[in-house]
Amino acid sequence: MATYQLDITKEHCPMTFVKTKVELSKLSGGDILEVNLLKGEPLDNVPRSAAEQGHEVLKISQVEEDVYQVIIKKK
Amino acid sequence: MEGRTTKKMSLIVFSGSFDKLVAAFTLATGAAAVNYEVNIFFTFWGLNAIKKKEGRSFIGNGFLARFFNFLMGGRKNVPLSRMNFCGASPRLMSSLMKKRNVATLNELYQAAKELKINLYACEMSMHILGLTLKDFDKEVKEVLGVPRFLEYSEGGDRIFI
Repeated sequence: MATYQLDITKEHCPMTFVKTKVELSKLSGGDILEVNLLKGEPLDNVPRSAAEQGHEVLKISQVEEDVYQVIIKKK
Repeated sequence: MEGRTTKKMSLIVFSGSFDKLVAAFTLATGAAAVNYEVNIFFTFWGLNAIKKKEGRSFIGNGFLARFFNFLMGGRKNVPLSRMNFCGASPRLMSSLMKKRNVATLNELYQAAKELKINLYACEMSMHILGLTLKDFDKEVKEVLGVPRFLEYSEGGDRIFI
């Protein structure tokens, strides 16, 4: 099990969840992906779409005023 | 790709203009990323988006077809549907998109391939333009007619662009 980072704070729709999905597809089951993203549309949709795909959203925390970190465990 | 796929969206991409292709690929990649099964059926002008040769090239079978394909070009030549200004506007638009960190047409196209979106080419348009499957990117899965497209898109949303 390994931990990987992805920064999508500079991305916009649809690349926010496109990059998350592509990155998750490269990982092995049980790997952790820490995604840094902005509040608003990315924060609303990235954890939700990851959960819909069967991955586990372990934690969502605020790291800066507008930046959040979502920790996803690949199924 | 992983995950259970229960939702489906199929796009008929008729337009070969830059802005409409950006719209089509934005919708397609966004849907694929949230676990939709996505089919794109490229027809007529839309075929320019999936040509192996990204620029102008004499491809196709027969003199007229080769000339016409040269005029139409590929993904790098697609014009803006309005205010094209002899091809200057798509370049300006792409640089603006990069500057604003919005995915360009080429980035969206590469993402579509990474997301394993199903890309199909229209048999009838290919016949007119003298094109074969080998004139398109290897990710283009199949050449389809209307009945097969209807079969593949059955049970999902169908969108014409």
